[in-house]
Amino acid sequence: MKKSIFQNDAFQSIIAAIACIVAGLLVGYLVLLAIHPASAGEAIVTILKNFLNYPSKPAAMKYLGNTLVKTAPLLMCALSINFCYKVGLFNIGAAGQYVVGAGACLYAALALKMPWFVCLLCALIAGGIWGTVVGLLKAYANVNEVISGIMLNWIGLYLVNMLLGGVKEQASPYTLQISSVNEKALLPTLGLGTFFTNNKYVTIAVPLAVITAIAIWIVLNFTKFGYELRATGLNKEAARYAGMNEKRNIILTLAIGGALAGVAAAFLFLTGYEQWSTTQSSVPGMGFNGIAATFLGGLSPLGTIFSSYFIQHITSGGSYLDKNVYPSQISDLISAIIIYLCGFVLFFKYAMNRRYTIKRR
Amino acid sequence: MRRAQGKKKKGERSLQEEYAIEMLNITKRFPGIIANDNVTIQLRRGEIHALLGENGAGKSTLMSVLFGLYQAEEGIIKKDGKEVHITDPNVANDLGIGMVHQHFKLVQCFTVLDNIILGVETTKNGLLLKDEARKKIKALSEKYGLMVDPDAKIEDITVGMQQRTEILKMLYRDNEILIFDEPTAVLTPQEIEELMQIMKNLAAEGKSILFISHKLNEIMEVADRCSVLRRGKYIGTVDIKDTTQEELSRMMVGRDVQLVVEKEPSVPKDVVLDVENMTVASRSHNNNAVKGVSFKVRQGEIVCIAGIDGNGQTELVYGLTGLEPIKQGSVKICGKDITHAPIRERSALLSHIPEDRHKHGLVLDYSLEYNMVLQRYFEPEFVTGAGFLKKKSIRDYANRLIEEYDVRSGQGPVTIARSMSGGNQQKAIIGRELDREHKLLVAVQPTRGLDVGAIENIHRELIRERDNGSAVLLVSLELEEVMNVSDRILVMYEGEIVGELDPRKTTTEELGLYMAGARKEKVEA
Repeated sequence: MKKSIFQNDAFQSIIAAIACIVAGLLVGYLVLLAIHPASAGEAIVTILKNFLNYPSKPAAMKYLGNTLVKTAPLLMCALSINFCYKVGLFNIGAAGQYVVGAGACLYAALALKMPWFVCLLCALIAGGIWGTVVGLLKAYANVNEVISGIMLNWIGLYLVNMLLGGVKEQASPYTLQISSVNEKALLPTLGLGTFFTNNKYVTIAVPLAVITAIAIWIVLNFTKFGYELRATGLNKEAARYAGMNEKRNIILTLAIGGALAGVAAAFLFLTGYEQWSTTQSSVPGMGFNGIAATFLGGLSPLGTIFSSYFIQHITSGGSYLDKNVYPSQISDLISAIIIYLCGFVLFFKYAMNRRYTIKRR
Repeated sequence: MRRAQGKKKKGERSLQEEYAIEMLNITKRFPGIIANDNVTIQLRRGEIHALLGENGAGKSTLMSVLFGLYQAEEGIIKKDGKEVHITDPNVANDLGIGMVHQHFKLVQCFTVLDNIILGVETTKNGLLLKDEARKKIKALSEKYGLMVDPDAKIEDITVGMQQRTEILKMLYRDNEILIFDEPTAVLTPQEIEELMQIMKNLAAEGKSILFISHKLNEIMEVADRCSVLRRGKYIGTVDIKDTTQEELSRMMVGRDVQLVVEKEPSVPKDVVLDVENMTVASRSHNNNAVKGVSFKVRQGEIVCIAGIDGNGQTELVYGLTGLEPIKQGSVKICGKDITHAPIRERSALLSHIPEDRHKHGLVLDYSLEYNMVLQRYFEPEFVTGAGFLKKKSIRDYANRLIEEYDVRSGQGPVTIARSMSGGNQQKAIIGRELDREHKLLVAVQPTRGLDVGAIENIHRELIRERDNGSAVLLVSLELEEVMNVSDRILVMYEGEIVGELDPRKTTTEELGLYMAGARKEKVEA
């Protein structure tokens, strides 16, 4: 019997992702409609257009560059979550691993005046350590990784606020500008900025994130290491029976997941695009948005490349809404709704499978 | 005849219809496989109707269709002569169809009573009225000889009692059609006897029973008629009084089956497995599960650990294979001390057919080919120096094992293991474990849940293993298997080896006495 295309997993993932996006836009549209009916249609188009709101091509390219700058860290966070998820672990601690990554790379750049690759390495190690703590607790004390992850998110946040308090600007809570303190800590652009109307924030972070996604896809699907990790995720007992060291695998997975999230922060802060606010009292959403990107990407590292871009695209697009008509929080609200509905990919997939069986009756 | 009376009594209520349930020309397809191909089963009122078939023959699918878990593509179901559409289990319940599943659906920390009334509680002002329920349960319990204490907790009662709770659940809901899905698989011989009697009582009271089994002796004992399925096809229905075990097995397997495997006397050689004074802690209680056990297994012999489930056999195997740490004593394989060795190191010396194929034996969501290399994926044959899997080698290897061990599946090596029938999953594990190099084979209930055809094959494989010079340690709960296959029997009772028997010189009765703890001797290895 021939398998229908509707039963193909990859195809289902794509269809489900599109369904989620449409549903998210629809609900977002309804919210806009409720606040100000007259400009709702225009607003949703504005969000979707994002950088295309600029009529001139150079300007549009420049702002496409900005979207890409923020896509890279989001993709890295998504990969962190995706990688752990394949091993049966829900790395909600990615948000905290991102935070300590930010703290480590900024401290290395601003206080220790290190070059960019050392800063990057510091972020990687810090995130990795943060993930390892979760892994150790999980492997040896059977502490749920979600609980320890969330607690470490907050520990990380205040630790980093404290650490970076010494390298902040006098008059503001923001950390010093890397470009004025230690220019060699900025990630190299390799001339990539020229494609985006000399956008100096477009660095090697963007291609590196995409390469990482492909590398993770290869590791998971084609290597012995990936075989072991996925077996551990799918059936821990069978993995043990087969002589795999499931404790080591859990710790290693969370360490790698942590490292990915740590590097995510470096990919944002070492471009100089944003500064860390040492008074912030909530964990940055980047790590959490990574969860949505993971699910929207159909739990595939390759799919995550596109879903991360899309989520960043609408988040950036939200900032172009008319602030006279809509309150300034609206852009975050709309993208939050869409991101939230993006998590429904698995539900849509389930619904599709179910519908398919009913049809065949 | 009590049964005849029962039928008459029932007949008063519904004279016109002979059949309680009819499943006519049912066809159910899954991707790559036709699970039921034009199957017809007619269940008479007050009869015990056995449904016999090999693993993967489509028995479970057919019952799932009847119970509303699956929808058939073709065919109709009639209740009392009227066509019904069973779209989900609730509809089945409303029609008076009840099922005792192979794996019980009970809340462990609830009492028997709570489990029975769960979902159909009688309440007054939001408060449970348990007294009425208790009265009804006691009455039912007496009527059918079930003898269950309604206030006992599920976790404290035996498996047999738990099963009776499931039966009471059906009776409490006034179900008329009772489906038993391989009910004896989990019971001790004595409990099986009792269950048979209970089923006869139920039928005598006018209940219609569908009894899924592949144990021929049980069908011969308890059933009135038997319908046989083979590879999804309906083979026929026979009256039990006109048939024999041999005929039934021929119908089921499609060829003559040797119920007892022939073998030469064993020629034991060097000691392979040497266990000395091994103690393993229990996970479920503070007492040790295995208490200072010593024995040896030699090259060219099959040593069987017999015993009633839960007497430490599982933990004994866990200790040997490294799934649980050994508290005291030592284990040597071919002179090498492996008492505290990691699992991977032991795997090089021993093959292990695990007791629970879903928990340990397979990664159910991996493809068949990936499961075939579960114990060997790290060998140079299947992985490059850089750590990449050699997909082609894996595919070829899996195909060879599939061929050699006749593992049937919807899509060959890429089939997801979860979608395969239990028998074929087991064949895959056996193929994987026998094919790789080993000095010792530890086979734990290798034929559990399998049909006579598959059992015959597995017994042959075990004997061939022995004749090829392996040492075989077989753990089995089936008396027949213990007697037929082993060269030496060690009986375990409460974590100790209480007897060593020679299968040629002992009887099942004597073996039963040891298993029940009624007889003990000090065994020195």
